Amino acid sequence: MDDAFGRPQSVVVLGGTSEIAGALVATLAAGRCRTVVLAGRDVDALAGAAGRARAGGASVVETVTFDATDLKSAQDTVDRCFAAAGNQVDLVLVTVGLLNGSRSETTDADRISEVAAANFTWPASAIAFAAERLRAQGSGRIVVFSSVAAVRARPATVLYGSAKAALDRFASGLAQSLRGSGVVVQIVRPGFVHTKMTRGLRPAPFAVGPEDVAAAVMRGIERDQAIIWVPGFLRWLYLVLRHLPRQLWARLPG
Amino acid sequence: MVTEILASGGGGDSSGSHRPRGVIARGLGRSYGDAAQRAGGVVIDTGCFDSIGPIEPATGLVAVGGGASLDELIRRALPLGWFPPVSPGTRYVTVGGAIAADVHGKNHHRDGSFCSHLTGLTLVTPTGTRSVSPETDAELFWATAGGMGLTGVVIAATIRMTRVETSWLSVDTGRFDDLDDVMAVMEASDDRYRYSVAWVDCSPRRGGLGRSVLTRGDHAPPSALGSSQRKAARAPLSEPRLRVPLPAPRGLVNRWTVRGFNELWFRRSPRRECGALQPLGSFFYPLDGLGDWNLLYGRGGLLQYQFVVPAGRADVVRRAVAMTAEGGVPSSLAVLKRFGPADPGPLSFPLEGWTLALDFAVGPPELASLLDRLDELVAAAGGRVYLAKDARLRPELLAVMYPRIPDLANVRRRVDPDDVLRSDLSQRLGLDGEGLDG
Repeated sequence: MDDAFGRPQSVVVLGGTSEIAGALVATLAAGRCRTVVLAGRDVDALAGAAGRARAGGASVVETVTFDATDLKSAQDTVDRCFAAAGNQVDLVLVTVGLLNGSRSETTDADRISEVAAANFTWPASAIAFAAERLRAQGSGRIVVFSSVAAVRARPATVLYGSAKAALDRFASGLAQSLRGSGVVVQIVRPGFVHTKMTRGLRPAPFAVGPEDVAAAVMRGIERDQAIIWVPGFLRWLYLVLRHLPRQLWARLPG
Repeated sequence: MVTEILASGGGGDSSGSHRPRGVIARGLGRSYGDAAQRAGGVVIDTGCFDSIGPIEPATGLVAVGGGASLDELIRRALPLGWFPPVSPGTRYVTVGGAIAADVHGKNHHRDGSFCSHLTGLTLVTPTGTRSVSPETDAELFWATAGGMGLTGVVIAATIRMTRVETSWLSVDTGRFDDLDDVMAVMEASDDRYRYSVAWVDCSPRRGGLGRSVLTRGDHAPPSALGSSQRKAARAPLSEPRLRVPLPAPRGLVNRWTVRGFNELWFRRSPRRECGALQPLGSFFYPLDGLGDWNLLYGRGGLLQYQFVVPAGRADVVRRAVAMTAEGGVPSSLAVLKRFGPADPGPLSFPLEGWTLALDFAVGPPELASLLDRLDELVAAAGGRVYLAKDARLRPELLAVMYPRIPDLANVRRRVDPDDVLRSDLSQRLGLDGEGLDG
């Protein structure tokens, strides 16, 4: 059950091996969170993340494996996560995602399908099932990781950005339809974050670390912000950038 | 109806693999915590149990419904010369809620808490309806006193009222520049007054810490009234004349407005005054005079933190006021009081010693960690926080603060073996089912 400051006691992370998820779980466990369920693809990475969650203070830590390219696995994954959390989940973090690195990949149909699955179809499906579970529970929060690339994508992140845009739109629509149900859906739109997913990429301006994202998300949760931008002023920057004429947009660095 | 809901475990639809999410009673919903709500479960509105029986002239005993409010009870009783034996800071609470929180008033140092003045109550539990009194089933009675609704739904109770001759109070007021001074005076002479409470300024200030205004008094006899008061010797309570129309903008309650308000409040209080006559409503329920006052805190809302520490630990009170003053989180209202001996309820809050209640506007990022540090301090001193006002206690500290929780667990195993009675509070603190057994 969330406390007066929106601090959850149990969390399910879909995409539990990501560094942002790790930073968030550490922050949550330092607060009130004692039950952590991490779902991901890589068993070894999950075990490592679970160990860190335990060391951070979580007393019940479970892991669940899933394959985001198998759309049919979404419901089962959500069910297993809720069962592992003792059927009381205060927060669902959706950090699952896959960044395509280069432009050339966008001609590869398999790659397109894979990126779309990992960034949109699988998470959207899982979010829909999680929302149903939380609705029955009468309370809960889903925090969906979108990206500034969902608002306007640079050439290097066109495919990733399109899939995130779909997820972003899906989450904001779901947030509307869940009004009054006790379930809150919030969207996070980080800019460039230094993680293993972005290693080797040239950092965009205003790059942040996973801890910065975690801190911003915690603040956003306490204040029930519909959209959490990281860093916060990207909200205003993208207000301008999204309406920038194409010729100018194309000339921007990064 | 309540019987059926509880007997069915609150699960009208028990299809699917998920068990029903529990049932809890709710009165007027004025408590600051999450004790009377249950996400995804069934919440019973006790408003229909609002009967108020005749007051027995010889004994002051009155049978009332669990959903009757103290406001209605006072309206009925005051013209006849009776007043509730214990009255919290608002009269908009139900009798059931007052029992579930075992509420205290300004007279706790002399008269104890609400449930000490009951001769019995009627409790609907998942295993049947029971008439419970301290004599017939002390275990269940006292587990219900302060039990946060986790032993059943109180549908009726018999209260022993206090005789009052007028609806006025004779009040002594004093101003103190330092917390130590006011606490010394309270310790020395509170016994001479039925009611006693101190308002404390927690704003950071050069010089003394925690300047205070102490107000103490008793019901005024008719002989103390002047001619104008005598006309309204048993005047009914007045309705709030002012109302806050809509939520204030975020940040209205901030360190500057709080400091200004405190300054004003301190200065308008008399340095020393004896026997001033004050209407009952403004003495007991100053906040009820402003309708929807909570909206002043804006959409972020308010959080009240109340703790008690044993009598020898006045140092913790001083430390808490200092931490609040230094913490950069302004407390808009701080109230200090001495408690008398505890009653036998395992979850009943009062403990012989000092209690301090701090109001905060939610918003400053340091607030959550300040309160966590206060928890540690209070727990280490053998004190506890008030569950009726809690929505944020670290669950691990609950058993430290309330070491007799196993007594509640025993009673619950008897009257609620299937763990039907659950609330957001019980879930959050692990007060139900697995939490208790583990």
